[in-house]
Amino acid sequence: MADKNETENLMRELLVDVLGVDGEQAAAMDSETPLFGALPELDSMAVAGLLTEMEDRLEIMIDDEDVDGELFETFGSLVEFADTKLAAKA
Amino acid sequence: MRHRTYSFGGNDEQLLAFGPEDAAQRILIVPPLFDEMNRMRRTLVEAMRMLEAAGVTSGLLDLPGCNESRLKLEDQNIERWKEAVDAAALAIGATHIFSVRGGALVDDQPKLPTMRLAPVKGASLLKMLVRTRVAGDKEAGLTTSAESLADAAKAGPVELAGNMVGPQLWADLNIAVPNASSDAKEIKPNDVGGSPLWLRAEPQYDAAMASGLAQMLAEWSNSA
Repeated sequence: MADKNETENLMRELLVDVLGVDGEQAAAMDSETPLFGALPELDSMAVAGLLTEMEDRLEIMIDDEDVDGELFETFGSLVEFADTKLAAKA
Repeated sequence: MRHRTYSFGGNDEQLLAFGPEDAAQRILIVPPLFDEMNRMRRTLVEAMRMLEAAGVTSGLLDLPGCNESRLKLEDQNIERWKEAVDAAALAIGATHIFSVRGGALVDDQPKLPTMRLAPVKGASLLKMLVRTRVAGDKEAGLTTSAESLADAAKAGPVELAGNMVGPQLWADLNIAVPNASSDAKEIKPNDVGGSPLWLRAEPQYDAAMASGLAQMLAEWSNSA
């Protein structure tokens, strides 16, 4: 099972690198922080980049059918999705 | 700054060059592919200006079918791009190659000392383009699947995020990986104090990255 803190930090790095989110802003995110609709950098095109980069960094495969609007609803839902994928890999 | 050209397949393609032709170090820069080229261009060109100030000549080519090229993107493929990089390297008498992202898929023909910034597999680039197309179609109320696009790409060019990708390029990208036998030195954005600008939705400029890149390239090309 992946360490939750580690996954959180990986997702913070992902948001900083892909969306150009400010590092301090990313560090302050918790599971309730809203993403889609709250971050102007996050549009549906950016989602394509996020998913592909997430696959590369976590060495997982993401089936586009698994991806729905709720995945990027909050920082918590993103971390949970990543954790589920990492657990399935292990 | 000089607007040079190199000749490829009977066409003149653009090659932006900085620095004297007789400098001891002459670096050919192979840009990222598709949109990533636009997002990196400003930072790359600023690094080239700084290299010139450090006495290092550099050239940034337009791949056939890209940027200001008059050729159609849909007619291009990985093999042609490799040959074009070779022709451009000859045109400026390159002593070194620096490739960025997808540029690493086409940088191996000149057989020169090579440095790669964040090389990427062709399949990852293709997947990102396909996802962007599917997401765009979804917003327009259309249901497009990755499978249906892959099928369509066998018969003819398919539009992906504004790029017409032809059958050959699609098939090439699916299997293309940076040539491992070319003994290239790999660096990451962190190594030059930068961030992955090519992932951003909007083009941005990173002055620290430009200067970090210029410094690393100047030192490396002086020793390798």
